[in-house]
Amino acid sequence: MNFEFTEEQGMLRDSVARFVQDSYDFDTRCKIAATDEAMSRENWQTFAELGWLSVPFAESHGGFGGGPVDTMVMMEEFGKGIVLEPYLATVLLFGGLLQRGGSVEQQAEIIPRIIEGGCQGAFAYLERQSRHQLADIKTTATVEGDQLVLNGEKVVVFNGASADQLIVAARSSGEQSDEAGITLVLVPADAAGVERTAYRLMDGQVVANITFSNVQVPVADIVGELDNGYAVMGPVITQANVALAAEALGIMGQLNAKTLEYTKTRKQFDVAIGSFQALQHRMVDTFMAYEQVKSLLYRAVCELDGAGDDAAACVHALQVLVDRNGRKIFGEAIQLHGGMGITDELDIGHYAKRLMMINTTFGNGDYHQAKFNELRYSA
Amino acid sequence: MDTSFAPEDLAFRDEVRAFFAEAYDADLQARLNNLETFKDAVIDWQKRLYKQGWIAPGWPKEYGGTGWNATQKFIFETERSAAGIRDVIPFGLNMVGPVIYAFGNEEQKERFLPGILQSDDWWCQGYSEPGAGSDLASLKTRAVREGDEYVVTGAKIWTSYAQYADWIFCLVRTSSEGKKQNGISFLLIDMNSPGIKVNPIVSIDNHHSLNEVEFNDVRVPVANLIGEQDKGWTYAKALLAHERTAIAGVADSKRSLAETRAFAEREVNGGKSLLSDPLFQKRLSDIEIELMALEFTELRVLATVAAGGAPGAESSMLKIKGTEMQQAVQELRMDVAAYYQGVLPNDLTAEQLGHDFGSQARQTYMYGRASTIYGGSNEVQKNIIAKAVLGL
Repeated sequence: MNFEFTEEQGMLRDSVARFVQDSYDFDTRCKIAATDEAMSRENWQTFAELGWLSVPFAESHGGFGGGPVDTMVMMEEFGKGIVLEPYLATVLLFGGLLQRGGSVEQQAEIIPRIIEGGCQGAFAYLERQSRHQLADIKTTATVEGDQLVLNGEKVVVFNGASADQLIVAARSSGEQSDEAGITLVLVPADAAGVERTAYRLMDGQVVANITFSNVQVPVADIVGELDNGYAVMGPVITQANVALAAEALGIMGQLNAKTLEYTKTRKQFDVAIGSFQALQHRMVDTFMAYEQVKSLLYRAVCELDGAGDDAAACVHALQVLVDRNGRKIFGEAIQLHGGMGITDELDIGHYAKRLMMINTTFGNGDYHQAKFNELRYSA
Repeated sequence: MDTSFAPEDLAFRDEVRAFFAEAYDADLQARLNNLETFKDAVIDWQKRLYKQGWIAPGWPKEYGGTGWNATQKFIFETERSAAGIRDVIPFGLNMVGPVIYAFGNEEQKERFLPGILQSDDWWCQGYSEPGAGSDLASLKTRAVREGDEYVVTGAKIWTSYAQYADWIFCLVRTSSEGKKQNGISFLLIDMNSPGIKVNPIVSIDNHHSLNEVEFNDVRVPVANLIGEQDKGWTYAKALLAHERTAIAGVADSKRSLAETRAFAEREVNGGKSLLSDPLFQKRLSDIEIELMALEFTELRVLATVAAGGAPGAESSMLKIKGTEMQQAVQELRMDVAAYYQGVLPNDLTAEQLGHDFGSQARQTYMYGRASTIYGGSNEVQKNIIAKAVLGL
């Protein structure tokens, strides 16, 4: 039993930490957020050169062959800088689906391009009515000869505006919320009949609603098997959840550290406000809330890494705690910063808003707790 | 990062499991549950552990410890809890024992450690006083040196099992000079000494385990002083971190939660199992999820200790979260028992009452209120973390 990182994992973490420290201060981040794409293509090339884009991919495709621990250490550091570049969307989701369900040809063609930074991807799964039910899909995929015809709309597609390639989850058979009958399909973002409407989210990222009107793609571009897409997306989303939790942990750590620092310097009634016991105890509470999330993240990562039989319940539990403790931590961070805490000028609110988006991505705390209860307590 | 068990760990787990299954037999359990036979049964059980060589996993090997690594200690604790076995009485084995081997002289080690390991001496703890609770260093029990003896006068309170004890380890004031922490000494006192009086305190669970211990000119040989006079606070502090880690009781809370869940499964509300109620499920998983995290927090602290670190302020976090979790489980169980939480069974059987866990749930819940108070109240633990970890 050990909680040590390997030398390689330590180097990976240090490399991301250095980048965030040296090249991603809050002002820089604000400037990147204000651009059309809300990301820096130049940074993306740096990510490629530093090898970060290769981390989760198999060595046979030029990847690093990393596991959940490697992803975790990177995402935690990204969280500390609330990094906008679409690592989740392109590498973990789009790339993750290809890695897991893609054909040899698809993998050989696209994964090396992701790794060299030449391909932006997105996973279009959400629809207006879906809320947290991943299988609630109305967009249709109809087989016509050797073509698949797509009709429908996807919403809040992360990196949807910048992506060159999309993987779309569409219904090829079954009822609206069935897990069976979902097909994943690769669609070039510039295919005829694809229309994108870009907009921004409160955490700075640019997303898109994407409509598909009789979009034709070859049947060969199905990722995984026809009707069997859920089996591919389920595990990829589970891993993405853990990665998001790691990003959230990085954010929570920053919020706590910044708040602590502020209470040591901010003076009221002639003393540092950190000398007040009422505030001290609240910061102890947020310190413990952070440590608990860290512990459960480690537990979930170990379960995933070792293919433990409790991995699913562990990841649901983790999302519950990230939601609960995240709210507590950013709430206290804003409150303890007083009036400054509610300004746009201070970074605290930006960390909070990213945390809020993480908490609603792939299900909020209530959703995951219901899932956890189902796994644990239903006969 | 890897938390899976190696084959030798699994073999160790089987060995521990097999021992508990055999040694913790039904007769022993019955005697432990009967107040009349409780003391002898505890000693009997602890002697079985001693014979097996497993009485003091936390001690260095040279003094009678097991030499286990952090994983083995974790497995032992988990298996103990899973088997429903209560932890050893802590005062000798977890509290004064480590102080004696760390700070006592050779003669004291020879004289006291075997009695602790073999459970021949029952120890109790003389820390709190009627006027000194969480502010422990304000204690007033005086020890005045007269030749080769200290003359001790004062009172200790909340002393668990003083009525059974052969010995008490005490913090006493030997000087009023300087900071109040500076004039405190650590004394071992024979409970049979003339001038000691034990007054029972009945607690909120209707039981008697707590006491007040009065000292009226009690004469204690100077040979019973641990370390140096006036330096007792240092020794006591080392012990407190140890105590807090032990108080967390994560494995016991897990076991207790599993039992509570089993009770809920057979309780019926509106014709359906209480366990199927979504609101009940939410309360259950609120606790279970925190416990899943706390188990790993504890492992992380254990791993730090195993790597040569000391359980410092992290032990305060374990104490706070651990006791909060204990109380959360106790509270949930009370709700599962519904009306029966209030039943005082006296001599009636479960059959006559129509219920079998309400009374036990009540006692545990009621006495459990103490856990966030003793070992330094949780508020004091937060002060410690604020100072030691957050630098406030």
